[in-house]
Amino acid sequence: MKKSIAGGSGSAAGLEAVLSHPGTSRPSGLTRFLESERLLAGILLAPTVVLLGMFIAYPFVMGVWLSLSSVSVGNPGEFVGLKNFIKAWNDSIFRTAFYNTFFYTFWATIFKLALGMWLALLLNRHFRGQRIVRAAMLLPFIVPTVLSTFAWRWMFDPTFSVLNWLLYQTGFITTKLPFLSDGTYGMWCAIVVNTWRGMPFFAISLLAGLQTISPDLQEAASLDGANGWHRFWHVTWPLLKPVTLVVVVFSIIQTFSDFQLIYVLTGGGPANATHLLATYAYQIGVATGLLGEGAAISLFMLPVLFIVVWLQLRYLRRLEGA
Amino acid sequence: MTTPDHETSTVATPKHAGVSRRTFLAGSAAAGIAVAGLEGILAARRAPAYAQGTRLNIVRWVDFIPACDVELKRQAVDASKALGAEVVFEFINANDLQARITAAMQSGAGPDIIQMLHNWPHLYANGLVDVSDLVAWQVKEQGALYPLSEANVKVGGKFLALPHGIVPGLIAYRKSWFDEIGATTFPKTYEELRQVSAKLKKKGKPYGQTLGHTFGDAPGWAYPLMWNYGGMEVDKSGKTAIDSKGTVDAVKFMTAFWKDGCDEGGLAWDDTNNNRAFLAGEICATLNGASIYIAAKRGQDKIKDEKGEPMVRDIQHARLPAGPAASSSYQASFHHGVMKYGKNQKLAKDFLQWLHGKEQFGKWFQVAEGFSIGSTKFWEQHPLWSTIDEPMKGFRTAADNSRVFGYAGAPSAKATEVYSKYVIVDMFAKGVQGTKPEDAAKWAAEELKKIYG
Repeated sequence: MKKSIAGGSGSAAGLEAVLSHPGTSRPSGLTRFLESERLLAGILLAPTVVLLGMFIAYPFVMGVWLSLSSVSVGNPGEFVGLKNFIKAWNDSIFRTAFYNTFFYTFWATIFKLALGMWLALLLNRHFRGQRIVRAAMLLPFIVPTVLSTFAWRWMFDPTFSVLNWLLYQTGFITTKLPFLSDGTYGMWCAIVVNTWRGMPFFAISLLAGLQTISPDLQEAASLDGANGWHRFWHVTWPLLKPVTLVVVVFSIIQTFSDFQLIYVLTGGGPANATHLLATYAYQIGVATGLLGEGAAISLFMLPVLFIVVWLQLRYLRRLEGA
Repeated sequence: MTTPDHETSTVATPKHAGVSRRTFLAGSAAAGIAVAGLEGILAARRAPAYAQGTRLNIVRWVDFIPACDVELKRQAVDASKALGAEVVFEFINANDLQARITAAMQSGAGPDIIQMLHNWPHLYANGLVDVSDLVAWQVKEQGALYPLSEANVKVGGKFLALPHGIVPGLIAYRKSWFDEIGATTFPKTYEELRQVSAKLKKKGKPYGQTLGHTFGDAPGWAYPLMWNYGGMEVDKSGKTAIDSKGTVDAVKFMTAFWKDGCDEGGLAWDDTNNNRAFLAGEICATLNGASIYIAAKRGQDKIKDEKGEPMVRDIQHARLPAGPAASSSYQASFHHGVMKYGKNQKLAKDFLQWLHGKEQFGKWFQVAEGFSIGSTKFWEQHPLWSTIDEPMKGFRTAADNSRVFGYAGAPSAKATEVYSKYVIVDMFAKGVQGTKPEDAAKWAAEELKKIYG
């Protein structure tokens, strides 16, 4: 058949002439093999499966195995069951990191959502230089986190903070604020930086959602006498809710497992006061070399994220069904 | 104290450099040291038969004296010619070295040689090649190792890294500021230091000390403070002993000292912040290596005091004050470890013999200008010390009262784990943040029990 097609190419009629009719002869085994949809699906999916297996499944399974073992740097270790999880749970620094992770994720997400929504509503209006402003707004999101966090670290520097200088010069403070040298301040500084960095993602996603809402609906509501708040609450928000939920889910996942920002800004200090699960897992697993314990700490994130994602997607599905 | 032989005096002088190297190589060969590599290469007068394109990678910290890294890069070119293989240095942040070691060991791939700080060879023992033969050669050539260097690299009777140098820490202080308040000599005790610092803090010139998670200055202050008040991680039998009166007294002192005399931003400092604060005239004193003095000297056209004079003229150094129980210090020792996964272990050893030899180390030592000292007393007799500025002379013997992590027990991987988790540093940080000293010591005891068992 292969030969016939090659020889008779040029017109459908020609092809018809050389192809055998169905039923006149049984296709060969190879033909059937090649025409199998299952095989084709398998071939097309294979690269994705291999990539997912190599970069998602293998590290995950490896992480689970490590968390159940006493592996440390240069030591193969042995199976220890849930010992690492129990040890982590009884560790005061772990509990601080666990609480911090929730606190950090909660407040950063709230701020990013509120400010991102506000920014999206502003950018949804027509004004001069709209495109430039929209592009500029993405800068915090585009700049590598490590670089921008270093800049923030300089601004919060315990000795040379430009913010302290500014506040002092303008008479708002009389002594330096302990931006990074106090645990509470340090955590709020991290939330500020995370909000600054993540807000554009919210804004641009919500803006895309806003642009799918027909202006007619807003006009109709206006004609019915609805004020700005009512238009937002009864028209915009219900239509924007599905997009918002997806963005929030993404943001929670990223913020909950945040590493770079804390690592650069505070290093988890002072005295472990700003550690998140990811940075503490790194401190124990990589810096100290206790890979089993580090893996167990990082795996504490999994059930929490799973539940959050499951609840939100369930809610989203219900919204779509309504 | 080892007296330098005739060869030593020629080492530091470039015109004698070639002779010196041959001399030491011949000497080591004659002594029957089991390091046949480099001397054989030189005797044959041709590069060894390492496969073409062979590359030797070495990872080290970014030195606080940038010229030291420049010198190493220059030496890498010479080494490449001598060894017939490309020698490449990579310099990374010291606080990232441990992560790099873990990643390399677990993946079984990475640099052939990694710089080890403190007592890390105990923690990474399974990934390090036994270099006892190289240590034997070094001791033969340069005399006995300082006790801290030996303790930090000797694991189970084997030497797992080759000691390179020590970066001693002393307290750099502004002489004129101390004089102004009547402290014409540096305080001899911690309590005196608190009183003096309190006066200076009132004048806007506090003492600067980090209690952050950083590799050098934080443990360099915290461990001796605990020891000098009578505290210790474990007793001689290895049993946890930190929850003691001595430790509680040390935390009490630190809490008062912090409030009365210190820059309270120090909780967020790394090893570089105090350098910058000192050179900007923000703090009156700080425990540090010689890098503050050297930077002030090299930049004396720009780094001035409040009178417009070069600040370097007003910098003096002093040892840590004594506590009620002891007068010890902690000095950071640096070593080179040959990684077991490496495919060029022999080449790595040959290179280390070349790098640590009197000639090459001598050149690097001179560039360091006292910031790094040798691992043996041999280097205390180097001509550099007779020409160096007076305030720098204290660094020559600064390593002589250093203890090692894990005191009073034997050096161990457990002690490295305590260091890596910053337990001792955090105990003091908790105290200054408001935790009762007794509770801070109890917290540290719990953490240590998890580690030591």
